[in-house]
Amino acid sequence: EKSTAVVDGASLTKRSEEEEAMGEQGELAAEKHVRYIVTAEKKDSFESLVMEHLRASGAYWGLTTLDLLHKLHAVDAAEVVDWIMSCYHPESGGFGGNVGHDPHVLYTLSAVQVLCLFDRLDVLDADKIADYITGLQNEDGSFSGDIWGEVDTRFSYISICTLSLLHRLHKINVEKAVEYIVSCKNLDGGFGAMPGGESHAGQIFCCVGALAITGSLHHIDRDLLGWWLCERQCRDGGLNGRPEKLADVCYSWWVLSSLIIIDRVHWIDKEKLAKFILNCQ
Amino acid sequence: MGSSSGEEGEEEWVPPSRRPELADVAPLPQADGPCPVVSIAYRGDFHEVMDYFRALYAAGERSPRALRLTADAIHLNPGNYTVWHFRRVVLEALDADLLLEMHFVDQIAESNPKNYQVWHHKRWLAEKIGPDAANSEHDFTRKILAMDAKNYHAWSHRQWVLQALGGWESELQYCNQLLEEDVFNNSAWNQRYLVVTRSPILGGLAAMRDSEVDYTVEAIMVNPQNESPWRYLRGLYKDDNNLLVADNRISDACLKVLNKDWTCVFALSFLLDLLRMGLQPSDELKGTIEAMENSDPETGHADIAVAVCSILQKCDPLRINYWSWYQTTLSS
Repeated sequence: EKSTAVVDGASLTKRSEEEEAMGEQGELAAEKHVRYIVTAEKKDSFESLVMEHLRASGAYWGLTTLDLLHKLHAVDAAEVVDWIMSCYHPESGGFGGNVGHDPHVLYTLSAVQVLCLFDRLDVLDADKIADYITGLQNEDGSFSGDIWGEVDTRFSYISICTLSLLHRLHKINVEKAVEYIVSCKNLDGGFGAMPGGESHAGQIFCCVGALAITGSLHHIDRDLLGWWLCERQCRDGGLNGRPEKLADVCYSWWVLSSLIIIDRVHWIDKEKLAKFILNCQ
Repeated sequence: MGSSSGEEGEEEWVPPSRRPELADVAPLPQADGPCPVVSIAYRGDFHEVMDYFRALYAAGERSPRALRLTADAIHLNPGNYTVWHFRRVVLEALDADLLLEMHFVDQIAESNPKNYQVWHHKRWLAEKIGPDAANSEHDFTRKILAMDAKNYHAWSHRQWVLQALGGWESELQYCNQLLEEDVFNNSAWNQRYLVVTRSPILGGLAAMRDSEVDYTVEAIMVNPQNESPWRYLRGLYKDDNNLLVADNRISDACLKVLNKDWTCVFALSFLLDLLRMGLQPSDELKGTIEAMENSDPETGHADIAVAVCSILQKCDPLRINYWSWYQTTLSS
């Protein structure tokens, strides 16, 4: 039976009383976040133990947050730089996730990014690092994460981003790198981890970012991908990573930054997203 | 705390400092630095196992006791990639039994199904074992997907096994099964596309298209509010818009869905695409759109595509900017 109800936009997005109440919360508790990051985690938590190997990335996430909140001065730059360099492997040119860990591109990017935050790229042997990354590019243009050969478009982005920060992008075969990324493009306009892999917001960010850095965004159908990305917005205002999955605040980064890169961020409801993010605080 | 070497043992775990086989080893503490950034407090067991690991790692040891210790470290933290690396080096040096090792990593993977290291280790092993590993790898990913049918790692591994080691024969049937269980499973639809386009035994997209359109339309009719089959339908016609527009089953499906639920955004959106590609709307279709418009006296458009756009802006207000942009592309 066909509905004869009057079309009423408001009735289709009727808010529950609950939603209204949560909306009042409205503010970023910046001081609390700064304290959380700066204070050493004295808790003997299992979570802390199992993240020991990726401390370099943890440092990047924490320090970037401080920087965004204009509180980077809360940490001692020299100590951070020293510790980052203690994760460096001079023989390979890569960084490990922590002292005593094997080199990997994941932590090489994090290390370079942290040094950029403090404007200390001067401490790096940029050519050596570039060589490390160049050595990880495969014949088909893809990148391995390290000598053990795991391939994923994440590593394409990471490698390209690192080299770009070091002004040495020309050292890799950019054309082949782009070719490989394009081979991971799916019919919905999105990208997966490998050719044929399901489109996933995290992988999309990596591919879109890599294409942007290499000046290759013309390979993307911005309208098609923009639509796929804005379809990630759920009723609760949050963003999911794939069709028919639940929203998660991490996708606020992957989806949002992808939309911004392809200039389609106006296709999502920003206000509802902001409310969702604050509700995750 | 799990036991080492992949044994299912009920035996009590013995910390490294009390193992006779490690009596001659001097454990190496972590070199943290004076004021660690984002510092982490350590628990006793973890501390001890990792101190012993560091000692053996630093000494470059390649022994059975080193292998056993990496198992302890992995049980404590399967995300520690340096331990996995060292384990692989030891496995190679000892020319270890790869099937036993696959059994070990499978146990870790079952309780850590979203861990990158375990899946990479499995792939590394499967590459060495070769086509003989195909069946057991498919059985394993099936098991993991039975727990979480959208596990991205499992799907990546399954796709790699298919393309590198084979096993395509029952893959389409597997997709059928998963979609029967949950027609909203986007991963299964993605896998279906992989099978239909790349399986060496099905004949390719052109050969499969007809039956796939029927299958997809049926899935849509059962659950029109399902993003995946609508996208899949587009995928079946790839860049061939003319063929897509000419396939009456598809415009009929849109119409049927809209007659039951005129607010179905996916149907409206698909219809919009068809109109933009040159679909000549039937009288029935025009009638349906008019009826939707008559529900709202505000919208009265001569152009049917513009009318649909206008309806979408009301039905999908979250994406109102997208639909109003789409409307601007219709003026040409």
